[in-house]
Amino acid sequence: MKKYIISLCTMMVAVMAIGQETGSILIKNGTVLTITNGVKENTDVLIKNGKIEKIGKDLSADRSTQVIDAKGQYVMPGIVDAHSHIALETVNEATNPVTSEVFVGDGIDPQDVGIYRALAGGVTISHAMHGSANAIGGECETIKHRYGAWDPDDLRMANAPRTIKFALGENPIRVHGEGRNITPNTRMGVEQVFRSAFSEAQLYKKAWADFNSKKTKTPPTYSRRMETLVDILDGEIIIHCHSYRADELLMLMNVLEDYGVSRLCFQHVNEGFKVAPELAEFGAGASVFSDWWAYKFEVYYSTAYNAAILVKNGVVTSINSDSGELIRHLYHEAAKTQRYGNLTDNEALRLITINPAIQLGIGDRVGSIEKGKDGDIAIFSGHPLSVYTIPQMTIVDGIVRFDINNDAQDMRIDIDPEEKFDDTFINLHAEDEERCMQDVYSELFLGESAHSHSHH
Amino acid sequence: MKIINIIITTLFMTCVLQAQMVSKSQSGTFLLKNATLHTVSNGTTVGDILIKDGKIADMGTITQAEAGSTTIELTGMHVYPGMIDGGTKLGLSEVGSVSLTQDYRELGDFTPHMQALTAVNPNSVSIPVTRTNGVTTVIAKTEGGLFPGTAALINLHGYTPQQMYAGFKGVQMNFPATGRRGRWDRRKDEDIKKDSEKALKKLNDIWKKAVQYAKIDSAATASGKKRDDYNPQMDALLPIVNGTAPLMIEVNKDKDIKAAIKWVEKNKIKAIFTGVSEGYRVTEELAAAGVSVITGPVLSIPGRSSASYDIAYKNAGIMQKAGIKVAIRTNETENVRNLPFNAGFAVAYGMGVEEALKAVTIIPAEIFGVDDQLGSLDKGKVANLFVCDGDPFETKTQIEYLFIAGYKVPIESRHTLLYDEFLKRDPGVDR
Repeated sequence: MKKYIISLCTMMVAVMAIGQETGSILIKNGTVLTITNGVKENTDVLIKNGKIEKIGKDLSADRSTQVIDAKGQYVMPGIVDAHSHIALETVNEATNPVTSEVFVGDGIDPQDVGIYRALAGGVTISHAMHGSANAIGGECETIKHRYGAWDPDDLRMANAPRTIKFALGENPIRVHGEGRNITPNTRMGVEQVFRSAFSEAQLYKKAWADFNSKKTKTPPTYSRRMETLVDILDGEIIIHCHSYRADELLMLMNVLEDYGVSRLCFQHVNEGFKVAPELAEFGAGASVFSDWWAYKFEVYYSTAYNAAILVKNGVVTSINSDSGELIRHLYHEAAKTQRYGNLTDNEALRLITINPAIQLGIGDRVGSIEKGKDGDIAIFSGHPLSVYTIPQMTIVDGIVRFDINNDAQDMRIDIDPEEKFDDTFINLHAEDEERCMQDVYSELFLGESAHSHSHH
Repeated sequence: MKIINIIITTLFMTCVLQAQMVSKSQSGTFLLKNATLHTVSNGTTVGDILIKDGKIADMGTITQAEAGSTTIELTGMHVYPGMIDGGTKLGLSEVGSVSLTQDYRELGDFTPHMQALTAVNPNSVSIPVTRTNGVTTVIAKTEGGLFPGTAALINLHGYTPQQMYAGFKGVQMNFPATGRRGRWDRRKDEDIKKDSEKALKKLNDIWKKAVQYAKIDSAATASGKKRDDYNPQMDALLPIVNGTAPLMIEVNKDKDIKAAIKWVEKNKIKAIFTGVSEGYRVTEELAAAGVSVITGPVLSIPGRSSASYDIAYKNAGIMQKAGIKVAIRTNETENVRNLPFNAGFAVAYGMGVEEALKAVTIIPAEIFGVDDQLGSLDKGKVANLFVCDGDPFETKTQIEYLFIAGYKVPIESRHTLLYDEFLKRDPGVDR
């Protein structure tokens, strides 16, 4: 019994260490898609203590370094998903048009098997986002897919910039205007929610400045909500805004210009193609679906050529998943920009690597195979943009987190003893996995068709 | 001459102003020259195809172009039969969240007489979006209760549902499911069990009545009497009971598939199973039953959290290798265009490339009993085909030409037209 307990403890310590661990790996003889520095045939990549140390021919490493033969295979930077809801316990705090006080990072689930499924599609980083119920939603968390870790903190990407979810159009209107009979009930109302919140934040900031400089004697009431908004005004937080229509994209850029805010990436942005020159001029990013459209009215006038138009107009563009299903094949979603718009291989690959990394403010640390960057790598059997390719291995910080040759059928970390063995649910619509409006319908619109097609 | 120019310019302007409208298809006789013909039925050869009166009039080496025919030189290009998606809501739903644009779900649990074909909107914006990826024919199906309605096979071209109709209608049934229907399904285990038992009892009650009804009907027919009752539901089930038409049974979970096999055997029903997402767990039973399967989407997550991440990618191939007749569907509406990619993923994860091609062409045609008309490049078949610059499953491949029922259909859709209009927007930022 004692022995048993000791081994159990050892196991637990080992498991707990997994999260912080970094590794050393030498990947030999692959076709290396560096993204920022061309394609290198028959090239090795050396990762040491979690960082890329060398890229070159005939590299060698010490005995402690794991060596992987990637001959005939393609080696690319780990895929980055700028819009996801995997590994989240909750997504929407749908109780107010402004909820900048909340943070999805308070509810990270490191055991979500969705993380493993994402890894099995070469994805090493995802942007775990608040939902789109509120004009100003909660702060989001950029996570690394260190599947195997038990501590939620181990998933956080240390020192990644803070990000926050905003939302325009139908979702906040439906939740608050239609659902709760408060503003916003129109796209006019959405604009005023922003203006009112930012103006209040300016006054809040001034009140504290006055107090701190002893102009006033009584301290203002502390507000977590206002603190976050002030940080946005101060440029410390990147806005990621759920949006679709061209008019609302222009609206938000106008509002932000008035308040001196410039760090902005639009999400979904199905009509971004209509105002691509304006997005480029503002410097706003665009993180789009490859081909989702018509699931609601505000995406009826869409085109799968959206990403291509944005790229060709100089907008920093990425392809995201917003789905536990799509996140497994973002390499294929990126390839669709070749069918719809003839992007080059590198243009297409940038959409799921360096570009989303730039949008998350981590472009200097991940998103390409360069010396000094994180050892986040995805290895594919064939060119990752081919429909026939199969992800072989996914490495995070120099540690193999997915290996097709070492893939048990059941990859759950913690199996709920209450869960029935055959507790199947049948999910035949890819879009049902979309979780932007998760936690909204069950609470607010019980009985509405939350189950037929969820709304992005 | 000037007048003609003005007319042409005016027409062109109209096209530009109405950027949402695709241009008209052309009828006529078309000679496709020197293409690689992927016949599906007879291997791959380089040759010509003559399209005339809506049919493939001739194949092989055709030296003499007919008067008035249009010759299209296709050296280096590939011709494939139009792909068939065995399960979609195309034409029955326009905007996913706007219920008034959706016509696939009627009220009630027992509505087999509801005809999908009636509600197919020939002008759905999704139709050109779909066909320009080489999908020429789809099942438009209903959704809902135990017997939600009758699905119809349609070609993605035509101005009326009747013009689109491609020769097959199938009564649909949702086999009582014992699994959860999704994340939102928060019923207790006992309630799920009770619900499915209740549904099965209801199904058996309906079937007993349907058998009785068929007896009365055939007795009436035999005696030359005209029945004076009106029972459209039961009338819809007559061909199923009489064994002259197949029943399309949506069933997914392993246990349910087994139960459905028993049920169709007991009631001597010709069945097509659809969905079958856990077919990989019951391949022996499915193969032994000899039932045809329309499965998909291939691009979906596993139905149970304990299952392998790629099981949905593999499912179609596993079943096909076990000797089951398998067609692939998307189960989609606006993105039925992803059918070739669903087939491509099935190939990546184990299905043979030829088998996958068959699973989106000749096999669905066989399952629907229209393989004398559709599903391969053969003389005499309906001219549903497309021309592309490479492997049609490969993501970057471009579709160059499209023919449906002999019409040369433009490679245009809302998506391409918006691209043309907005790629280089004028004015740009500077006014």
